[in-house]
Amino acid sequence: MTRLRFLALLLICVLASFVMAQVQEEEVPSDDPVIEQRLTNLSKELRCLQCQNQTLADSPAGLAADLRREIRVQMKAGKSDQEVIAFLTQRYGDFILYKPRVTFTTYLLWFGPFVLLLGGLYVLFVYIKRRRDSFDEKPLTADERRRAEALLASASGKETT
Amino acid sequence: MLKYLIPLALFVVLVFFLAIGLTRDPHELQSALINKPAPTFHLAQLKAPDKTFSNEDMRGKVWLLNVWASWCIACRDEHPYLLEYAKTGAVPIYGLNYKDRQEDALGWLGELGDPYLVSGVDLDGRVGIDYGVYGAPETYVIDKSGMIRLKHVGPLMPDVWSKEILPLVQDLNRQGTPK
Repeated sequence: MTRLRFLALLLICVLASFVMAQVQEEEVPSDDPVIEQRLTNLSKELRCLQCQNQTLADSPAGLAADLRREIRVQMKAGKSDQEVIAFLTQRYGDFILYKPRVTFTTYLLWFGPFVLLLGGLYVLFVYIKRRRDSFDEKPLTADERRRAEALLASASGKETT
Repeated sequence: MLKYLIPLALFVVLVFFLAIGLTRDPHELQSALINKPAPTFHLAQLKAPDKTFSNEDMRGKVWLLNVWASWCIACRDEHPYLLEYAKTGAVPIYGLNYKDRQEDALGWLGELGDPYLVSGVDLDGRVGIDYGVYGAPETYVIDKSGMIRLKHVGPLMPDVWSKEILPLVQDLNRQGTPK
């Protein structure tokens, strides 16, 4: 029974995938290798907004393919990488950039780790200094020295035998 | 005592920020187009392909542009509510049929009802790119001067409708048409 139900569910899923297909133009690579290379480099720095942890280069999502196509068109029209990035951020905001811009709102993101590193170094420095200061070194008394030498002599004596 | 309190305080601060992070939806992005002119488009109408639909036809009106497609599952959840909103006549609702086959789109509207006064056909998603569409359904509120005033990503549920969309539309309708 459960097996039958599973098969029915599978069938529904398969059928649904036929019904709910979005229109997706096939992706045609540009015949210009320079443009393809530029696209590859640029799309590694751009985020696919449909599946946010993938770059535009990796993403199989329909939107990513559309954006790659759009970037090809713009590059063919002679737009620079900077102009393409400006085009995309005007529409999708800075979030499309995998490498966030250094702005007032991203200072913490960019410089926070260095602040934490400096803080850690400071704590380490203070800790080591305190530990060192806590050792109270006094020269050995004559009696202690004699005992230490006796111990050392007996220890080295044991080793040789 | 302080030796334990400082790490504890740091930990509490960290938990506080992480807790805020949990309540936020990473798919809800601030649109870059808020208070910017709605990008111009001229599209064929879904039900009358020989006629065009352009956002420029809508100057002087406050209207909604709803991005939808028959393949979009969340659009199906949204649909009955859109029909209701359309019935109230509070604001004209127009559709952007996004990357959809014409027969699928028409079948969908025939089966479920059509809340849209007109739907424009964006077959290759090019207009979607101009509007920064990244996940249907999306809804834009556009004012009399053609500026985008609000973008909602995801189904337009009744709480968003009554708390965000309606008050904004009423407010925008009260304002005159700027030159």
